[in-house]
Amino acid sequence: MEWHDKRPDGMTQQPRIDLSPRISDEMRQTTCYMCACRCGINVHLKNGKVAYIEGNRDHPVNKGVLCAKGAAGIMQVNAPSRLRAPLRRTGPRGSGQFEEITWDEALAQATAWLAPLRAAAPEKLAFFTGRDQSQSFTSLWAQAFGTPNYAAHGGFCSVNMAAAGIYTMGGSFWEFGQPDWELTRLFILFGVAEDHDSNPIKIGIGQLKARGARMIGVNPIRTGYNAVADDWYGITPGTDGLLILSLIHLLLKAGRIDLDYLARYTNAPVLVNEDPASPQNGLLLRDEDGHVQVIDRRTGALARWDGAGVEPDLAGTYRHAGVTHRPVFHQIVERYLSDTYAPENVAGLTGIPAPRIRQLAAEIARTAFDEAITLDRPWTDFRGVEHATMTGRPVSFHAMRGISAHANGFQTCRALHLLQILIGAVETPGGMRFKPPYPKPATAHPKPHCKVTPGQPLGGPHLGYVQGPEDLCLDEAGNPARIDKAFSWENPMSAHGLMHMVISNAHAGDPYRIDTLFMYMANMSWNSSMNTSGTMQMLTDQDDNGDYVIPHIIYSDAYSSEMVAYADLILPDTTYLERHDCISLLDRPICEAGAVADAIRWPVVAPDRDVRAFQSVLCDLGHRLALPGFVNTDGTAKYADYADYITNHIRRPGIGPLAGWRMGEGGLQHGRGTANAGQIDNYIAHGSFWIEHVPEDAAYYKPWSQAYQDWAVRMGFYDTPQPYIFQLYAEPMRRFQLAAEGEGTRQPPDHLRGQIIATMDPLPVWYAPLSDGHTDPVSYPLHALTQRPMAMYHSWGSQNAWLRQIHGHNPLYLPTSVWETQGFAEGDWALVTSPHGSITVPVAHMAALNANTVWTWNAIGKRKGAWALDPAAPEATKGFLLNHLIHELLPARGDDLRWANSDPITGQAAWFDLRVRVEKCPAQFTSQPDHPAIGAPVAQGPATLAWTVGK
Amino acid sequence: MTALPPPSAVRLGLVIDLDTCVGCQACVISCKGWNTENYGAPLSDQDPYGAAPAGTFLNRVHSYEVQPPAAPAQIVHFPKSCLHCADAPCVTVCPTGASYKRAEDGIVLVNEDACIGCGLCAWACPYGAREMDAAAQVMKKCTLCVDRIYNAHLPEEDRVPACVRTCPSGARHFGDLGDPDSAVSRLVEARGGFDLMPEQATRPTNKYLPPRLRDHVEAPSVLAPYLTPVADTPKGFLGWLDRALGALPGGAE
Repeated sequence: MEWHDKRPDGMTQQPRIDLSPRISDEMRQTTCYMCACRCGINVHLKNGKVAYIEGNRDHPVNKGVLCAKGAAGIMQVNAPSRLRAPLRRTGPRGSGQFEEITWDEALAQATAWLAPLRAAAPEKLAFFTGRDQSQSFTSLWAQAFGTPNYAAHGGFCSVNMAAAGIYTMGGSFWEFGQPDWELTRLFILFGVAEDHDSNPIKIGIGQLKARGARMIGVNPIRTGYNAVADDWYGITPGTDGLLILSLIHLLLKAGRIDLDYLARYTNAPVLVNEDPASPQNGLLLRDEDGHVQVIDRRTGALARWDGAGVEPDLAGTYRHAGVTHRPVFHQIVERYLSDTYAPENVAGLTGIPAPRIRQLAAEIARTAFDEAITLDRPWTDFRGVEHATMTGRPVSFHAMRGISAHANGFQTCRALHLLQILIGAVETPGGMRFKPPYPKPATAHPKPHCKVTPGQPLGGPHLGYVQGPEDLCLDEAGNPARIDKAFSWENPMSAHGLMHMVISNAHAGDPYRIDTLFMYMANMSWNSSMNTSGTMQMLTDQDDNGDYVIPHIIYSDAYSSEMVAYADLILPDTTYLERHDCISLLDRPICEAGAVADAIRWPVVAPDRDVRAFQSVLCDLGHRLALPGFVNTDGTAKYADYADYITNHIRRPGIGPLAGWRMGEGGLQHGRGTANAGQIDNYIAHGSFWIEHVPEDAAYYKPWSQAYQDWAVRMGFYDTPQPYIFQLYAEPMRRFQLAAEGEGTRQPPDHLRGQIIATMDPLPVWYAPLSDGHTDPVSYPLHALTQRPMAMYHSWGSQNAWLRQIHGHNPLYLPTSVWETQGFAEGDWALVTSPHGSITVPVAHMAALNANTVWTWNAIGKRKGAWALDPAAPEATKGFLLNHLIHELLPARGDDLRWANSDPITGQAAWFDLRVRVEKCPAQFTSQPDHPAIGAPVAQGPATLAWTVGK
Repeated sequence: MTALPPPSAVRLGLVIDLDTCVGCQACVISCKGWNTENYGAPLSDQDPYGAAPAGTFLNRVHSYEVQPPAAPAQIVHFPKSCLHCADAPCVTVCPTGASYKRAEDGIVLVNEDACIGCGLCAWACPYGAREMDAAAQVMKKCTLCVDRIYNAHLPEEDRVPACVRTCPSGARHFGDLGDPDSAVSRLVEARGGFDLMPEQATRPTNKYLPPRLRDHVEAPSVLAPYLTPVADTPKGFLGWLDRALGALPGGAE
């Protein structure tokens, strides 16, 4: 049949179509909140409603691209699970029976519970915020209240990565630093990392691929980014530290390390007291003013680490008053040249054959030293030494939860940083670059504050970086001062708190009982808790009087999540498109390696219901409770709402929540300045973000570059230049060891001495996950992991109508060995058992998997009745949580003590230490445990969705 | 039956890089969002909060596991949408002329006003790239964002399909595959781009770029020199260190 531009009915073949339809009535730019990435978005509106969301091309984080979650944000606004109004519980806790009340009633109720606590015992309020992106504000509120019990969700997420980075080199990955994507030639990705910095890493991987640079994945599971890696090391979970120390062994032995870098920019040349009889044993030699000492190669004599022109010596030792002092580097050499770390001796545990470990080390050596980069860019270091060029080792790394969520995670993260630093690949071209305002060493961060005074604010921030036993949060009897036992001897360096222990400890009254649990965006009765069934029990348990063991629970969420049913008072939040927010330099900013940036959210649409932004509600509550900083001297409210706070709060002179468009003497300026009433409008006019680029001569060597330090002071990150050297040897850890050995007046309880000495080694060390000591590897031979799919990671609300069609249920993936040995077939189910319990779940085969590992997608499983889903939804019938198999405590040892299933250094929840066994079982209709449906304050969603606003 | 136009000089299409696609589904949802609000009927969802949610998508990403004989298993993410074939069987099978191929740029579209929802085109498409919308009862398919790529309301740089604009890893490319000098044609040439299921003789316009060689193990003899020990004991190492430090700027040598 010939083509003649006519259809059989005589019409023209090609209909006239509109090739230039209007995109929208208006486009408003704000910041995404579908995960922790915080991309810039263009929100297109038609008839005042959200019609389409795309990435903002000018935005530093996503440069125009947007992930599946971000583009599905329209379905978050449109979700039937959205709460409508404040709620007061009417049925038993956990029933989901509520009545709608007014905001005045709700806030009066909250005030009635909280005011007496503040007056008499502020610690009886535990205020924990989950996926909070306003921690510098929520922590200020908690400080003003006076409770020591505040943290966000970092303790069950990736505190090991963050804290190890800060203590070692002043920053880690994600919001602290990134690979030098333009120049790196070898990128090595450790562990599951899809859950943070998602779009920037995808953009970076695309850049690497386009340049032909090489990418290697080290991960038990070959999905996601690992699927596109040029090479894959399917490591056994929990052994990453051992592999890294073996790489260090090989590189050190071959002299493939950057001696000049180590001498100048790290504490490798700093002298250590090595007298076992000295109370200073293992501490760094200091002068009278407290400056650590090196030997100056120019003179052979002692010198301050930062003395003008000093050339620190990696080799020289110093003997004084009968005490030998050797440089840290000697200890590094002795420890890591040991055959303990020879590839042949770690191959068995890591599951990586020795020749493959050698291959990885050789690739690092070749790229770092034979493909070194030299930029003709002069710069001057903090000792005043001028350098004509910048030398780069183009090897970069990224890691996040995968290596972090183990009881040995802190030391593993430290080991990774040690590897980066030994080859000179931090803050040099092609390596890892910090994002301003980082780097910022542990000593420049606050220390934790915990002293409670009824009716008074706390003395300072709750969270911080301890330097030794004197900084722990203990009461006068030496017991933990915080409900989560953060900064106690059980986990001294718990920089993000231990949200996963709050309910368990509050229920046990250990270390004390609380009155009110106040939470925000924290799904503790479901996927955000270990031991989910146990947590539900703790939340509903009653004492002999019939009162709840945790008397009051206030919860704020925008959606009908599983946690809603377990609260007494619900403060319904808006969605992220309906409120003000600031992504602040005081908090967890969105900077790039080459630029400082911050951002806002603003109400691009108005809420269509009786909900309020949680942060504005805190301003109101702060006024009702007369919290200092939230009321004026005449008793009136200091901030009308969160936008008012963002604009007018002054943290220290010249510094507020936002650094862009502040008021100076000559008009608007950036960095420092007084409050500018039009600041939010300035942000809106500039795409809702502010960015200022790092000067070119300050782009690398940030901790040591005079040009960078001066620029940082101008920007207001700190008030004087703060150069420092990387802490390969972490002296604060040695101080805890010394205490455990009996030195000093602040002493740990005897039952913790051995653990502290073994785990708090000041040089990176590997030890088996602590739960392995309680779990028979023969009975539980498999490691069990979770990760969130890219279309859902770190998101709040998996009820999204579009996204749930991509990931609506989650099988447990089994490796070929298990699949074939037990004769599994498609459609089969299995009984999965850990020392803590059993679940029954659907299984599937996956070959691209470590032979001793099973895994599933996390947080796909939903409780029946939650999220406005049909109780027959696959999320509620076939979906499941591994959380049921993980206890927040290690199995009892018969010592009547409660040992947390956490890293003993930071308290990071050790999710990924789980061991299980898998047994084939008859097919089921529903995953077990099958909790009964909970009541919900919202109706189920519509039967059909044809969501369009412009037709 | 419907006729195909004479081959056009301009052949617009996608080049999808299977080496770079991480399977994140960003393209799937940006497509759903744009095409729900634009060309034709919205892409509806049946039972969206229920037991068997099923909606219309013009672009889906599938993941496959590949087991090479002597190497670790691999995962390949495979985005799939209409390939805008030169010899499009979905067009020639259409009884009403609703399914058509544009004469000027080769884009295959459905004129929803003329579509009777018979489904023959979906049956004829060997790629499963068409989906009947259950609410509108018309056939939906990738339009190559024909309402974006020429759209005068959009800045020049945004006149690409929504999936291309959003792809975080840069795995999706849009251009004129009829022009041998276009960026996409050169990419296909350089990377060995291939036709999906060429045996179907549909001559698809879209091309796929194959994954690069993975898991290549270099010979130990190549790598060993990088790890030649400078010493075997800590003491020997410190001797090496003294010599090495002497060679650094400011050293004795």
